[in-house]
Amino acid sequence: MMQVSDILPVILALVLGLSVVLYVVLDGFDLGIGMLFFAFHEEHERDLVMNSVAPFWDGNETWLVLGGVTLWAAFPKAFAIIMPAMYLPVVLLLLALIFRGVAFEFRWVAKPHHRPWDWAFAAGSLLAGFAQGLVLGGILEEIPVRDGQFAGHPLWWLSPFSVMCGLAVVTGYALLGVGWLLLKTRGPVHDRARELGPWLLGALLLFIGLVSVWTPLASQRIADRWFTFPNFLMLAPLPVLTALFAALCWYSLRRGGELMPFLSSIAIFLMAFLGLVVSNIPYLVPPTMTVWQAASHETSQIFLLVGEAILIPVILAYTVLTFWLFRGKLERGQGYH
Amino acid sequence: MDTVFGLDTVLLSRVQFGFTIAFHIVFPAFTIGLSAFIATLEVLWLRSKAPHLHTLARFWTKVFAVSFAMGVVSGIVLEYQLGTNWARFGAIIGNTLAPLFAYEVLTAFFLEASFLGAMLFGWNRFPPWLHVTSSILVALGTALSGFWILAANSWMHTPAGFAIQDGITYPVDWVKVIFNPSFPYRFAHMMTAAYLTTSLVVAAAGARYLLVGRHEAEARTMLKMGLGMLAILAPVQAFIGDLHGLNTLEHQPAKVAAIEAHWKDEGHAVPLVLFAWPDPKNERNDFEIAVPQLGSIILTHTWAGSFKGLSDFPRDERPPVAPVFFSFRAMVGIGLLMIATGWIGVWLLWRQRIAQARWFLRPLQHAWPLGFAAIIFGWMVTEIGRQPWIAHGVLRTADAVSPVTPHQVLVSLALFVLVYGVVFGIGIWYIQRMIRKGPQPHEPGPETLPNRPLAGGRPDPTDDDSATARKGAVAT
Repeated sequence: MMQVSDILPVILALVLGLSVVLYVVLDGFDLGIGMLFFAFHEEHERDLVMNSVAPFWDGNETWLVLGGVTLWAAFPKAFAIIMPAMYLPVVLLLLALIFRGVAFEFRWVAKPHHRPWDWAFAAGSLLAGFAQGLVLGGILEEIPVRDGQFAGHPLWWLSPFSVMCGLAVVTGYALLGVGWLLLKTRGPVHDRARELGPWLLGALLLFIGLVSVWTPLASQRIADRWFTFPNFLMLAPLPVLTALFAALCWYSLRRGGELMPFLSSIAIFLMAFLGLVVSNIPYLVPPTMTVWQAASHETSQIFLLVGEAILIPVILAYTVLTFWLFRGKLERGQGYH
Repeated sequence: MDTVFGLDTVLLSRVQFGFTIAFHIVFPAFTIGLSAFIATLEVLWLRSKAPHLHTLARFWTKVFAVSFAMGVVSGIVLEYQLGTNWARFGAIIGNTLAPLFAYEVLTAFFLEASFLGAMLFGWNRFPPWLHVTSSILVALGTALSGFWILAANSWMHTPAGFAIQDGITYPVDWVKVIFNPSFPYRFAHMMTAAYLTTSLVVAAAGARYLLVGRHEAEARTMLKMGLGMLAILAPVQAFIGDLHGLNTLEHQPAKVAAIEAHWKDEGHAVPLVLFAWPDPKNERNDFEIAVPQLGSIILTHTWAGSFKGLSDFPRDERPPVAPVFFSFRAMVGIGLLMIATGWIGVWLLWRQRIAQARWFLRPLQHAWPLGFAAIIFGWMVTEIGRQPWIAHGVLRTADAVSPVTPHQVLVSLALFVLVYGVVFGIGIWYIQRMIRKGPQPHEPGPETLPNRPLAGGRPDPTDDDSATARKGAVAT
C-alpha cells in the first residue's frame, strides 16, 4: 500500500521535471538566439534578433530559479550533493548569465558603443548553454559521494562525455533559437535562420545518437534498463517518436513552415529529456540517491506543494498572457525599446 | 584544514557571500522603491494627464530597467551560491527555509518578470490602463520578494517554529517560521530603507536639474516627492529602528553589546558610546567618547536600565565588535542626515524658496549614494552581528560550508570580483549618464505596430487639456 510519504516525493519530482522542461524550452530558445547572434551581420538584424526575446527572457530564466529552489526545498540532500559537486560549472553558468542578462539593457544604453555587449550577449549565451550541458553530463556521469556528501576532485566533472553534453545542449538551444526566429521574424533574418536550421538539426541528432549509444555502454544500469524484455518494447516508442519529430522538423524547415520547426524541435527536446529520465528513474543523484532518499520532511513537502499547485497554473497563465500580448512578427526598426 | 594563502573555505566563502550580497542588495532595494515611485507617477499621470509626469515615468522606467537587470542576475548568483558554497546549510536548514525561497520565486519573481516586459516595452503598444497595471504588479512583485526574503533572513536571526531531529531542522509551525519574532521589525526596516534610498536618489536628481535650470517641471515634482518622502519616512525609520533595537536586545543580546561596544554589565545606567576604538583582547574601549545614561534610555527605555555586556558571553559566541560598532554608527549617522534633509527641504518647498537655496541643492545633488551606503552598513550590522552563527543558536557558520576546496572558492571569488567590478561598475556608470542626460520629453517612441489594435494609448502632447494640465502642474 502506497503511503503519502511515498507519493509526495514523486509529485515533487514531477514538478521539478516540469520546471526543468519549461526552463529548457523557454530559456533554450532565448539562449539559442544569443548563440546565433553573430550569424546575423547587419546591425538592424541583430537589433531585431535581440528584440524578439527582450520581453520574455527574464520570465524564461525564472524557471531556472524555480528549478533550483524546488530541488533545494523538496530534495535538500540531493541539492547539497549536486551543487558543490558542480561548483565550477555552476559558477561559470552564473557568470555567463550575468553577462548576457545585463546585455539586454546595456546594449541599448551603450549605443553606438555597444560592440562589447554584443560579445557579452553571444558569448554569455553560449557559455551558459555549455555550462548547463556540463552539469547535465556530470550528473549522468555519477557524482562521487561519501557519507551523503560530495567527495570528488574539483575537476572530476571534466570528461569527454560532459564536454559532449555541453556541445549537445548548445546545438539544441541554437535549433530552438532558429525555430523562434522563423516564428517571430520575416525577411533576411528569417531566411538566414532557415539556412541554419537543417545543419543544427543534423548536429543535434548526431549528439542524441552519441548519448544514446554512450550511456548504455558506460553504464550497465542504463543498459539493463533499455535492453531487457519487456522494457525494450515499452521504451521503443521514445526513439521512434524522436525520429518522427526529427523528420517533421526537417520537412517543415525545407517546406517553409513557420511554427512547425519550433514545435517539432521542442518535441525532440522533450523526447531526449524523457529518455534521460527513463534511464535514471528512480535516482535523483544516480546511482546513489533516489527521490525518496533525497526528499525533505513531509511538512516541508506539503507546504511547498500547496504553493506550487496553486501558483504554477497562475504563473503559466501570465506567461501565456505575456506571449499573447507580444504576439505576431516583428518588423525591421520596430523595437520593443 | 586545507587552506590557500592561509585562508580556509569558511572564510573565503564568507567573503564571497558578503561581496556578492553587498553588490546585490542595493539593486533590489532601489527597484523596490523605484517601481513604487513609477507606479505612483503613472497613476497621477492617468488622473491629471500632466505630460511631465509621463515624461518622468518613462525616464525612470529606463533607469529601472538597467537596475532591475543587474538585480536579477546578481540575485540568481545568491540563490545558487547557497548550494555551491553553503551545502551543509542547505541540507540542515533546507527543510525550514527553502520553501520560503520557493514561495518568493512563485509569488514574486514570476510576477515581476512576466509584467516587466509589458512595463518596459509596452509604452506605445498597450493602452495606459494596461501599462499602469503592469507597473503596479511589478511594484507588488518587488515588495512581495522583500517579504519572503526578509522572512527567511529573520528566521536566521530569531529561529522559531521548528524542531531538530538527527541534527536537521524540521518545520513544526509555518506561521511561526514566517512570522518569527524579528520579522515584522526587519521587514518594516528594510522596506522603509528601500523607499528612503529611492527618495534620496529622486530628490538628488531633481536638485541637479533645478540647479542648472533644466527640466524644471520634472525637477520640482521630483524634489516634492523625494523630499516629502524623506521628511515623513526618515523619522518613521528612526522609530522602527528603535523598536528593532529593543527586539534585538531581547533575542540577540550579544549583537547589541557589540553594536554598543558595551563590554561589562555593571548593573547600573549604561552610557551611549559615540566613538571608541574597541579592543576585544582586553575587553575594553580606547579613546571612548560617551554620553552618560543615554545607552540605557535608548535601549531599555528607562533611566538606569542595564543590559548584558560582551564579557557575559563566551568568547566563541561573540561577534566581531569593530565592524558592527562602526557600521551601526555610519548607518545611524546617515539616517539623521536624511531626517535633516527631508525637514529642511520640505520647509524650503513650503516657503517656495527651494530654487534659490543653492546651499541646499548643491550638496543634495551629490547625496544620492547615501541611502545605498546606509543599507550596506545596516546589512553588515545585522549579519556580522549574528556571527559566529549562521542561524542563531542552531547552526554555526563554520559548520555550514560545502565540502569544496579553498582553491575553488578563491578562483570563483576572484572571478566574481572581476566580473562584478566590470559589469556592475559599467552599469552604475550608465545609470549616472542617463540621469545626467535627464528626461527627454516627447521622445519619439518606436512606431506602434499596425497589427496591434490595442496600440496608441499615448495622449497627444499638443492636446489642449494636457497643455493646460502642464501649466497647472508647473504653477503648484
